[in-house]
Amino acid sequence: MSKKIVVTGIGATTPLGGDVKTTWQRLLAGESGISTIEKEWIAQYEVPVTFAGQAAVASADVLTPQEIKRLDPSSQFALISAREAWADAGSPEVAPERLAVEFSTGIGGVWTLLDAFDTLKERGPRRVLPMTVPMLMPNGPAAAVGMDIAARGGVRTAVSACASSTEAIANAYNRLQTGEVDIVVAGGCEAAIHALPVSAFAAMHALSKRNDEPARASRPYDSNRDGFVMGEGGAALILETEEHALARGAKIYAELAGGAVTSDAYHITAPDPEGSGAARAVLATLKQAGAKIEDVKHINAHATSTPVGDIAEYNALKRVFGDLLPGIAVTATKSSTGHLLGGAGAIEAIFTVLALHEGVIPPTINLDDQDPEIPLDVVVSPREFKGDNLLAISNSFGFGGHNAVVAFRKY
Amino acid sequence: MALSQTEVLAGLAEIVNEETGIATDAVALEKHFTNDLDIDSISMMTIVVNCEDKFGVKIPDEEVKNLETVGDAVNFIVSAS
Repeated sequence: MSKKIVVTGIGATTPLGGDVKTTWQRLLAGESGISTIEKEWIAQYEVPVTFAGQAAVASADVLTPQEIKRLDPSSQFALISAREAWADAGSPEVAPERLAVEFSTGIGGVWTLLDAFDTLKERGPRRVLPMTVPMLMPNGPAAAVGMDIAARGGVRTAVSACASSTEAIANAYNRLQTGEVDIVVAGGCEAAIHALPVSAFAAMHALSKRNDEPARASRPYDSNRDGFVMGEGGAALILETEEHALARGAKIYAELAGGAVTSDAYHITAPDPEGSGAARAVLATLKQAGAKIEDVKHINAHATSTPVGDIAEYNALKRVFGDLLPGIAVTATKSSTGHLLGGAGAIEAIFTVLALHEGVIPPTINLDDQDPEIPLDVVVSPREFKGDNLLAISNSFGFGGHNAVVAFRKY
Repeated sequence: MALSQTEVLAGLAEIVNEETGIATDAVALEKHFTNDLDIDSISMMTIVVNCEDKFGVKIPDEEVKNLETVGDAVNFIVSAS
C-alpha cells in the first residue's frame, strides 16, 4: 500500500516575480516575463539572440553580500525559492535525518565556470577564486539548500537537462515512499543567461530569434513559433507524507500522486517523433497514481515553442489519451515565463498544484494562430477548474531523450 | 615607503568585511582568524590574494599558515611593504 504524499509549501523566483504570489498573479493576468537583455556582452560578442526571461527580482536584493559572493547565481535562485517554500510550509519541525533534498539544475554553475576561466586568462591561476569548484558543481544548489535547512537524510541532484526538476520531484516521491524520510524539499533552478550558453543554444537553432518583440517570442502551439526562449530562476516544493503533514497540522495544497521517468534512446537532442518514451512516462505516472487516463483533466505541457518539440509532445499525448485528448485542458506556461531549463519542471509543477488548489488553470499567451497539426484544447484565458478528484499532470522532456512526468490530485 | 600598521589594519578589516560580513571594528590585532573570527581556509585564501592586490605585497602560500592572528597578518604586510 503506497503512502499518500502531499505538497505543503511552495516557493519560486522567476521572470514574472520574486515569489510565488507575484509570479502566479502575473501568470493569470497573461503577462510575459520576457524582455531584452540590457547587458554589454550582447554587443561585445554579437550574440544573435538578445532577449530572455530574466529573473524579475535580483538575488542581490534578497540574499546577503556573502551569500551572493559564495553561491553561483543558480544556487542563489535555489536558496531563495527553497526558503520561501520552507517558510510557506511553516518551517516544519522534523528530525534532520528524516529530511532530504532533491534539487536540480540542467547546466550547473556556468557563470562561475566561465568567470573563473576569464580570471585565469586575464590574471593568472592565483587569482582564481578558491570557492570556484563548490560554486560550479551541479550539486551546489542542492547542497546549499540542504545546509540551509540542516537536511541530513540525503541531498541529491538529478541532472537530465530540461527534465531535471520534474525528475527531482519523481525521485522525491519515490524517496518518501521508502519511509526513510518524512519531508523532501524538491525543486530546480537555472542561471544560464550568459553569452556562451545563449550562443550555444542559438547555434543549434533551438532559440526564437524574435529579437524585435521579446514578449511575443515564446508562443507554444502557434503556427509562427520559431524556438524556445531561455529563462532563469528557481522553484521549490515541500513534499511530505500525508501522515507527517496531518500530524503537524500543515496546510496542504495538493497530493503528489505519482512521478515517473523514461528515456528514448533515439537521438541526443531530437524528441522521438512517435513519442513512445514520453507516452510511457505518462502511463507509468498514472499507474503510480492509481488513476485511469480518463481521470486526467488538465496538462501543464512541456511545450517549449519549438516547431518540432510541440508536435512530438502532442503525438505522445495523442498516443496515451486518444479520443479523450480534446476534453483535457492544456496549458503551456513557458509562453509567459520562458524556459527555465533545469528549473522548468519545478515551476510548472507549482503552477499545476495551484491550478488544483486555486481552481483556475493559467493561460497560454501568444497563441494567435493555433497550429492545425496540434488540435489541443489550449487554455488561452484563465479557466475555472473545479470538481472532485481532479487529476493533473505536468510533463518535462530534456536533451538526451529524458522524459519525466508528475501527477497531482486535488486535495 | 612602508605602510603604517594603522593603514594596513584598516585595509585588512575592509577586505575581511567584504569577504565575510564581519564588522570592520571586530577585526582587531589580537583576534585569531580561525578561533575568533571563524574564517575558513577558503575565505583566508581570498583575503590573502585581495591583500596582495591592495597593499602591493607578495604573501607566499607557505607563509599563510603562520598568519594566525590579525596582528600576524598586519605585521607581515607592514614588513613586506
